[in-house]
Amino acid sequence: MNGIKIVVLAKQVPDTRNVGPDAMKADGTVNRSVLPAIFNPEDLNALEQALRIKERYEGVTVTLLTMGPGRAAEIIREGLYRGADSGVLLTDRAFAGSDTLATSYALALAVRSLAPDLVIGGRQAIDGDTAQVGPQVAEKLGWPQVTYAEEMHFEGERLIIRRRLERGVETVSAPLPLVVTVNGTAPACRYRNAKLLMKYKYARTDTELQTESSDYIAASRPVIKITEWGVDAISADPEQLGLSGSPTKVKEIENVILQSKESKRLTASDSDIESLVRELLENHTIG
Amino acid sequence: MNNLFVFCELDEGRPADVSLELLTRGRSLANTLGCRLEAVVLGSGLDGIENELYPYGVDVVHVGDDPVLEHYRTMPYTSVITGLFRQEQPQIALMGATSTGRDLGPRVSSALHSGLTADCTSLEIGDHYVKKTDSTYKNLLYQIRPAFGGNIIATIINPDHRPQMATVREGVMKRETVNKNYRGELKKIDVSAFIKPEDLAVEIIERHMEARKVDIKSAQIIVSGGYGVGSKENFAMLYELASLLGGEVAASRAAVDAGYAGHERQVGQTGVTVRPKLYIACGISGQIQHTAGMNQSGKIISINNDPMAPINTIADYVINGDVGEVIPKLIKYYKANAR
Repeated sequence: MNGIKIVVLAKQVPDTRNVGPDAMKADGTVNRSVLPAIFNPEDLNALEQALRIKERYEGVTVTLLTMGPGRAAEIIREGLYRGADSGVLLTDRAFAGSDTLATSYALALAVRSLAPDLVIGGRQAIDGDTAQVGPQVAEKLGWPQVTYAEEMHFEGERLIIRRRLERGVETVSAPLPLVVTVNGTAPACRYRNAKLLMKYKYARTDTELQTESSDYIAASRPVIKITEWGVDAISADPEQLGLSGSPTKVKEIENVILQSKESKRLTASDSDIESLVRELLENHTIG
Repeated sequence: MNNLFVFCELDEGRPADVSLELLTRGRSLANTLGCRLEAVVLGSGLDGIENELYPYGVDVVHVGDDPVLEHYRTMPYTSVITGLFRQEQPQIALMGATSTGRDLGPRVSSALHSGLTADCTSLEIGDHYVKKTDSTYKNLLYQIRPAFGGNIIATIINPDHRPQMATVREGVMKRETVNKNYRGELKKIDVSAFIKPEDLAVEIIERHMEARKVDIKSAQIIVSGGYGVGSKENFAMLYELASLLGGEVAASRAAVDAGYAGHERQVGQTGVTVRPKLYIACGISGQIQHTAGMNQSGKIISINNDPMAPINTIADYVINGDVGEVIPKLIKYYKANAR
């Protein structure tokens, strides 16, 4: 489909593979400042799908939309290096502490302002694994959704999408406008493009321009702006955002203390392993 | 009104295991709350389906039987479920955390502006005291799940919005009938009253559903590998040991993410919960996300070269050594000693 506008939903996530004990704050929300932050893996799969459509058709634009703290601009630059045309960072203190529903409310408002034909996001983010935001954004927009996408192409004006389900594969045909969430089983995202890296290396949000020492951004070079939107830009109702806009509350968090058993300690020696096997055979655990 | 609802999914025309597990848990929660347990089934050609649900103590079965509901599609299912929930005002709604439940749940929760907690590992009823207003919410659903890298267990509540919604993975709850003669009431849903023409915009062109190839849930012996196994090739040893012992191979999330094993073998909060007689954890550190899915195993053997691996604290036998050294020895001595 020529000339369509695609918004890719992306999230900067703490790398849950490297979580330390100080990862949580006392109120049960995530202490993002102490964790390495990465581009959510399945959102990269989503970006790749958008870039493939852009390659195949004329005049397609891809805008990356993310909500998060100021440093989430990092993943917008990452998306620009890989082929996105522009990026919008939704950032405001009022968004802090939002659950999936309040997040979807803000994202849906931003999507409305961008007025795309197609929204593509990852199936889920690795910090929560809820897979809720895609469907909830779709519902707030009043658009259909197609989840777990692995491959998609246009036939006429309809998008033909292959979905990977737990127990099989399903192919659906859907009209635009549409929200699609993409599975990790979809093709991996292409790498950064060297030319784009040079072009967007100094793309900055206004906040970044104000706070960074700008010495290294050569005065002669025109700065490419990353759009930054707060609550006012999307005309959001503050009551529907943050903790107050979130139906779910964290009542309690507990540190995990595994109930210790009296374990038998063994080495990898032949005699230890053989006596273990004999013991399991004798008490009919194996046999 | 204000009863506990379970959305019952069908698997080849029969109620899915996860739905029956939720009915079992739902029955006991409904007893605590003193409310009724109601089930919702949508599909096509559902005559008699209610009789398969009543034995779990279901008081009312809502059946939406219509050709447009033959296969799950987001929009028509959402319209029927939200329409029904608006009428019936359930206080709690539970769904399986399946491909279907994870697509439907968020859509319904957004339409009703209620909270949804994904992948709960435990559901309880309890109160919530709010200091600021000196008031107490009675009988809320505690939606309990490990969160964030498995360092914590979070209890989530939805004090002000209904229904309180949660999804639960297959195998997490136990499945138990109450009484095979238990009889509830059948209520037919007027499907056409809820579905709008635009709900049918997305069409299914093709479906290929496969029979479950791997069934780790019913395996009595599980040989499970973690990231510490090191490679897909090294998993071959695990398959050899498992087949020798008449068991199945499972994997931790880290191993699945690394491509060592397929997702259908993943044990843990976002995978399958298992309760085998013997669980052999090979190179698995034992984050709560993983242990939540296997800590009810009869016996646990941990093979790990890290003596401080968290999983060791719940293991009956801890073998301090390399997986690559220990597994071949287990194979060798099993062959030598088994009759």
